[in-house]
Amino acid sequence: MPKSKSSSVGRRGFLKGAAASAASLVVKPESVKAQQVAQRGSNSSAAIPSDAALERDLGGREGPPPSQVIEHPGSDFMVDVLKTLKIDYLGSNPGSTFESLHESLINYGNNTMPEFLTCCHEESAVAMAHGYYKIEGKPMMALLHGTVGLQHAAMAIYNAYADRVPIYMIAGNHMDASIRRPGVEWYHSAQDLALLVRDYVKWDDQPASLQHFADSAVRAYKVAMTPPMGPVLLIAHHEIQSRPNTETNLRIPKLTPTAPPQGDAAAVEEAAEWLVNAERPLIVAQRTARTPNGVKLLVELAETLQAPVENQERMNFPSHHPLAGTGGPGYQPDVTLCLEVNDVSGTARAARARAARVISVSSLDLFIKSNVQDFGRYADVDLDIGADAEATLPALIEAAKKLITPDRKRAMEARGAKLAEAHRQVRVQRVEQASYGWDSSPISLARLCGELWPLIRNEDWSLVSWQGFINSWPDRLWKFDKHYQYIGGQGAGGMGYGAPAAVGAALANRKYGRLSINIQTDGDLNYAPGVLWTAAHHRIPLLTIMHNNRGYHMEVMFVEQQASLHNRGAERAHIGTKLWDPNIDYAKMAQAYGMHGEGPISDPNDLVPALKRGIEIVKRGEPAMIDVVTQPR
Amino acid sequence: MSRYLVSVLLFFVLPAAPQDSVSKQASPAPDAVRGKELYVKYTCYACHGFDGHGGAGARLVPMKMLLPVFTAYIRSPRQMPAYRAKVISDAQLGDIWAYIKSIPESPAPQKIPLLKELSQ
Repeated sequence: MPKSKSSSVGRRGFLKGAAASAASLVVKPESVKAQQVAQRGSNSSAAIPSDAALERDLGGREGPPPSQVIEHPGSDFMVDVLKTLKIDYLGSNPGSTFESLHESLINYGNNTMPEFLTCCHEESAVAMAHGYYKIEGKPMMALLHGTVGLQHAAMAIYNAYADRVPIYMIAGNHMDASIRRPGVEWYHSAQDLALLVRDYVKWDDQPASLQHFADSAVRAYKVAMTPPMGPVLLIAHHEIQSRPNTETNLRIPKLTPTAPPQGDAAAVEEAAEWLVNAERPLIVAQRTARTPNGVKLLVELAETLQAPVENQERMNFPSHHPLAGTGGPGYQPDVTLCLEVNDVSGTARAARARAARVISVSSLDLFIKSNVQDFGRYADVDLDIGADAEATLPALIEAAKKLITPDRKRAMEARGAKLAEAHRQVRVQRVEQASYGWDSSPISLARLCGELWPLIRNEDWSLVSWQGFINSWPDRLWKFDKHYQYIGGQGAGGMGYGAPAAVGAALANRKYGRLSINIQTDGDLNYAPGVLWTAAHHRIPLLTIMHNNRGYHMEVMFVEQQASLHNRGAERAHIGTKLWDPNIDYAKMAQAYGMHGEGPISDPNDLVPALKRGIEIVKRGEPAMIDVVTQPR
Repeated sequence: MSRYLVSVLLFFVLPAAPQDSVSKQASPAPDAVRGKELYVKYTCYACHGFDGHGGAGARLVPMKMLLPVFTAYIRSPRQMPAYRAKVISDAQLGDIWAYIKSIPESPAPQKIPLLKELSQ
């Protein structure tokens, strides 16, 4: 078919003209002739895209006829539905599979509830939502582009799934093959799009009508927020978004949250009896405190039993509480209570070896999938309560209190005094350990965290990064006593989570005026550093302090170990693991993305002034980055 | 059991250590400058920090092991990867040992105002 000779400027014509104009801006004088030849449609290799190239890029897409107006696209109704869920933000990297919904969100929906946050990578959008939930306790949305965007998002979705974090995701798709245009619309479409991530989303659906969308949108929210929580995915077909809404009697169902499941009464009483009569009980808390009330309840249980609390992952228990810790050297628990612990098998195995008992209270038993193996090894515990731990704590506390006799109370008080002394000794040891390498350059992580503490302790602060790669120095030196002061880790150990999760958590902290602190590993940041721009663009205050050890440090050690096993030297362990030659200039990176950046700082004496400057900027409502060259771990 | 105690025990338990653990040949005197280069080359820093004050691995400073104990431990450690004579010679280990010996100790926590305050 011959090309149209019409003078009207369609999308292809507009782009081709723009490309020609852009080419003319950079073309050298001597190539003007070549350009002119190109404009006449010769076979010149000038920068103007050929029709075939445009065909490839646009997938044969033409815009709708200029005269066509769709007053009430289906995507407007989708926005009506989403507004009932009261989702504050959505993160997205734009894509044509949801172009109609995008436009409806920002114009019809007035870009509020949810507000559209521009992300430079879908993994960033989902990981931001991950961090956001951990502070705010409600889901953020991620809007994803067909096959390509969803696959970009996949790692972050898996992290959230393994971390039991609800994320509300919508992905666009071109379902009706008969109206797909050639090219990208085919590449970006799938028969069963959610299949790409179904192993690690809690629920998904692809509504076939607007009413179906309304029903499933509300159900998705409800499923995501019911323990064990997890990410959910709705597929919004392009044709349903973009066609006029002609459906009548559409109804948006009411969202009725599902009450979290509480443990069976008899099992809870048995657990209480074991714990009250234990000589050396231990509580292990992993993803226990879903809310601030979870922290209060855990403190109440620990104090009722005078049992130490080993805190893992998120902020579950105040770090300076006399019962924080594992009980000190030689404390061999005879009853261990695991609260939302993902893999209890190690604890169960150790307990079996000394004829001790293990109780597990976890919602994970209520929902399990087969393919990805995040559930850990089967644990033959002695009492297994399939329930949400936080929802079960009130009944457990009450049952324990009823069982405590005066004799048991005296024994518990005596134990509590010993535990408090053990806790005190551990704290003294930690401070002593912090002195090791205090004056070192590169800067020790203990010094980095130690010097930061006096600068933030009188602020309303929140640590929005994982402590696993920084030897838990904040936990060792700082005083954590609020739920929002620590968000924990990735979930599935997938790198690239840290920076976007910190930005998402800082977004949630923003409205409370909290000072968000991100101690950022360099390897993680380099997965998708564009999230720094998102923080700058959306004015998200966040102090990022680089833990810049110039490498994927864990892997250096792994390769070293393998070299030893193979009886070879470790002098090549840096190959494939180090980020040097050239060193990455994070201060310039931050500046390039539009935020304050300074460093690299290697002299510990330069640290405090730089941190102070960064904090001042963040307190003004902007992000800032301080690049600190650090010891490996 | 402290690492120091383990080291002392190793010293007495390993007098008949493998031939590669204590060289019979005359070696040059341990050299701390060479040792620093080897410490980095063999990525000792990855676990022990660039100046031996620890990290993921044990703190090496102050170095309390005698050189033969240090060498025997590296050949047959309890936790860290082993490095045999094929990989690092006894003379090289001597240099690394000398470097670690030369690293100044960290200040005591009581002499660091911030840590002194935190310990109270």
